[in-house]
Amino acid sequence: MPDTGFEVATGEFVNQVVQELGGDRIYACFECGHCASSCPVRRVDSRFSPRKIIHMILLGMIEEVLQSDEIWLCSSCYTCQEVCPQGIKITDLITAIRNMAFKAGHAPQGVGLQERRISSGGRLYALDDFDQKKRQKANLPLVLSTIDEAVKLLEGRK
Amino acid sequence: MKYAIFLGCTIPARARNYEMSARAVAERLELELVDIPDFSCCGFPMKSSNLLSARLLAARNLSLAEEQGLTIATLCSSCNSMLAEEAHRLEHDEEALKETNTALSKIGRKYTGTTKVKHFARVLLDDVGLERIEEAVTKDLGGLKVAIHYGCHYLKPTEIYPDGENPDHPESLDQLVRAVGVEPVPYGMERNCCGGAVMAANENTALAMAKQKLDHIKVSGAKAMTLVCPFCSVMYDSNQKSIESTFDVEYRIPVLFLPQILGLAMGIDRKTLGLNMNVVKTKELTEEISA
Repeated sequence: MPDTGFEVATGEFVNQVVQELGGDRIYACFECGHCASSCPVRRVDSRFSPRKIIHMILLGMIEEVLQSDEIWLCSSCYTCQEVCPQGIKITDLITAIRNMAFKAGHAPQGVGLQERRISSGGRLYALDDFDQKKRQKANLPLVLSTIDEAVKLLEGRK
Repeated sequence: MKYAIFLGCTIPARARNYEMSARAVAERLELELVDIPDFSCCGFPMKSSNLLSARLLAARNLSLAEEQGLTIATLCSSCNSMLAEEAHRLEHDEEALKETNTALSKIGRKYTGTTKVKHFARVLLDDVGLERIEEAVTKDLGGLKVAIHYGCHYLKPTEIYPDGENPDHPESLDQLVRAVGVEPVPYGMERNCCGGAVMAANENTALAMAKQKLDHIKVSGAKAMTLVCPFCSVMYDSNQKSIESTFDVEYRIPVLFLPQILGLAMGIDRKTLGLNMNVVKTKELTEEISA
């Protein structure tokens, strides 16, 4: 474990995040700010900063990160991940944090709704009769409304 | 040339114009698109809540294509990134492949790690080729000025696209529209994300992101915009009106899916290309082309 100067940074939370990512690159962050300055979300909403999230993780601020609205503002565009000079997979890191926040019950409602829809039908939108008729009319092939095998695959996975 | 066409969830329900135009263009170019009705969601919308489940959905879809020995061609860029990411991971990580197969065995499936995933636009460029596309042109679009939006997952993360292009200077879509007599217009902000994935967390932030690009395109001289992802289309086409009313601006920029533009140059009619389903009206644009 590198000496980050913060005792809390060696805590369980950072270990957990690092483990989910399968790497320890996050410790290599030297706060250059490339991630924040390249971020298209930050350009219109200054509340969001990938750098801030990384720093909070390194400081072991578990509850603050998991409960923050900010982690849900990331657009998953991979711009920061592509420019990080230290090779930190920032977008993947935020995905890992979101998974942890979801399990802890802190995700926005829409995230749970999508999860339930896909788990119960295998698709994000079930195609109703109206959709199927429109498809038929346009000579488009049949698309199954629910995918039973995918539902079975996800059964019992939480 | 034969591909398993991967529609995902959004296209068959909400972007039939993209699907119709892609199928029509594929037919002209003698590309055979095989439908696998048992494909599920790619997994992408589950990434934020449960990455492991998202990966399993992707792996199952990959195994369905593998069973038929087909490369997957996607229309949605997010489906493309999810499937390509998992294909890449399972191709290079034996342990992960083993674990995945343990989970897949529950539904009697197996995946050996051979499926390739390509975006439809890259199939056109790499496999069909520009020469063939040029030959299919029957209608002179007269150097129609179009603003190209590449979007994010079509190009990134670069590590999952071994044959990919430089995300800072992509060229594939420029090459494709040039081949049919369209002139790509530089407008700045070309690389900006549409903001689609931010809609659920904060609608205003998402719309403000899309607005930035539309502001730039408006003054660029482009007559239309073109793109290759149904989520990006929701932001620039479906939401263009709400951006106009939220920020008190006016654009009226038609937003066409890439195959709709290619199809116009191949003389395919408006109805077959689903051009009456685009939210911002395209009639004036196509009349101008015909004139």
